[in-house]
Amino acid sequence: MSTRRALRRLPLHLAATVTVVVCLFPVYWMITTAFTPNRDIQSAHPRLLPRTWTLDHFRRAVDADGFGLFWRNSLLVTLGTVVLALLVALGASFAVARMRWRGRRQFMLAVFVAQMAPWESLIIPVYIIARDTDMLDRLPTLTLVYFMMTLPFTIVVLRGFLSTIPPELEESAQLDGCTRLSAFRHVALPLLAPGLMATSLFGYITAWNEFAYANFLIIKQQDHRTLPVWLSSFHNVFGTDWGATMAASTLFSLPALVVFLLLQRHVTSGFAAGAVKG
Amino acid sequence: MSVVRERAVRHRPLVPPPRRPPGPARRTTMAGVWPYLLIAPAVLGMLYLLVYPLARAVLISFQDFGLRQLILGDAHVVGFANYRTLLTDPRFWTVVRRTFLFMAVNVVLIMVLSTLVALMIERLGRRWRTAVLSALVLAWAMPVVAATTVFQWLFHSRFGIVNHALTGLGFTSFKDYPWLAHGPAAFAILVALVVWQSVPFAAITLYSALTTVPCDLYEAARLDGASGARIFRSVTLPIVRPLFMLVLSLEVIWTFKAFVQIWVMTRGGPGDATTILPVYAVQTALSQQRYDLGSAASMLTVLLMSGVLVLYFRQMFRQEAEL
Repeated sequence: MSTRRALRRLPLHLAATVTVVVCLFPVYWMITTAFTPNRDIQSAHPRLLPRTWTLDHFRRAVDADGFGLFWRNSLLVTLGTVVLALLVALGASFAVARMRWRGRRQFMLAVFVAQMAPWESLIIPVYIIARDTDMLDRLPTLTLVYFMMTLPFTIVVLRGFLSTIPPELEESAQLDGCTRLSAFRHVALPLLAPGLMATSLFGYITAWNEFAYANFLIIKQQDHRTLPVWLSSFHNVFGTDWGATMAASTLFSLPALVVFLLLQRHVTSGFAAGAVKG
Repeated sequence: MSVVRERAVRHRPLVPPPRRPPGPARRTTMAGVWPYLLIAPAVLGMLYLLVYPLARAVLISFQDFGLRQLILGDAHVVGFANYRTLLTDPRFWTVVRRTFLFMAVNVVLIMVLSTLVALMIERLGRRWRTAVLSALVLAWAMPVVAATTVFQWLFHSRFGIVNHALTGLGFTSFKDYPWLAHGPAAFAILVALVVWQSVPFAAITLYSALTTVPCDLYEAARLDGASGARIFRSVTLPIVRPLFMLVLSLEVIWTFKAFVQIWVMTRGGPGDATTILPVYAVQTALSQQRYDLGSAASMLTVLLMSGVLVLYFRQMFRQEAEL
């Protein structure tokens, strides 16, 4: 009975295995190449598991010009984006979810539309505006652009989460003598945690990954480049050094991979919520 | 709409409203200047970082705006001249056709594969399901530039594992096959990359939609003697359709705008083989310093995409109406 059942489910499990392998193989190959000595990388017979392991590639990637600097740049821009978007979106979503005012519907409509902003088509004007205001080659410019890229999504998701928290909770805290602000802080904010997590993850991924604006807005000040741009140029400079390139890619992807894996459940439900609601 | 808001702000005194006495039924009457103060940063951000650049892009597309004008700032309006230049250029039309081809191939593959994966996840046991979901999430979390670099490595002509595997399987013509030197091959790699990156999001979203189908509906259908295909068509599909349409239009938009993968991997090459509209716009603007033509190409991209956006907005408005 149970073997027949297992047999019947075999195609299903085969399909699942294929899916897992296809999804993971590039990630796996990146990481193992990063640990494989050069003579094995450049061999006619690549092996699925490296014979010997080495840290040389990582050393070369970390020692490469400005690695620490670009890491710091990316971190600063990402943190700035997430904090700014959360603060601004918290205010806006609170206004939308908890207050009645004229223009509320129109505001939400504008937010929905802004979510579809054609960012790829705005590189040229943003470049020109940044140049005219002396903001070219500066990290705050990137932060502001990424902030705007993530803001609409953040507002939509936070509003969605806020509207599931009954206002009565805050009102009873206010009855107990809290101000509206502290009622919000002590009652609603903790319940909002999953929403905050999903949206900051979204901002984190957007800012950490963004390439086009970082590539075209940071031109003269090479010290202000971010990791994605560095990685693509690293690959060009070290053209044949695939070990170091894969080590650099690993170091660059690891934060995202780890965070996503740890927060898997919130990621999926949060993104689904964001997708459903707008 | 912003006019309405500004007027509303101006007509109200700029003092915080008096602290209201606590009590239920207050939440709807909270009014005054506070909501406008709370949304002000978001509105200002949208105006300065989104509306203003968009207006600038439109303006530039109607101007004679090259390197000289960028430096001296003496651009003047030339009407539709840039659009005329583009629309009469056969290369532009090739790029447009290629953009639609790229989008269609990607979207069909993404939707078919992710639907299959979503249906599969739903049928899996708990442990398998976690394994598949984790694998999807990992592929999804891979940064675009990193994934692009890794794909270059996978398809490396001499040391790439793909060529090695294909040769090992007996396809000896793939020995040292330079994927990125051949137009169609480079195109195929980019499709593979975009599909690999997009399926996780689509599959997970569709799977989460499938889980919202109530179990008793399935049971009732089965009791009525419906076949598997019939159950899918009559029970699953109607419930999943809104989210399916949403994912579909999102994927159309995203693949239409694919830029980073192409720029990092091929810069639109070899020749023009992987140049799609966003790449074309950036090439024209920043490499040839024809900001006017680049902007016009961007605006045409937006216009072409708005056909899809209409679908998306209809969906959104319907949801908005339900809220």
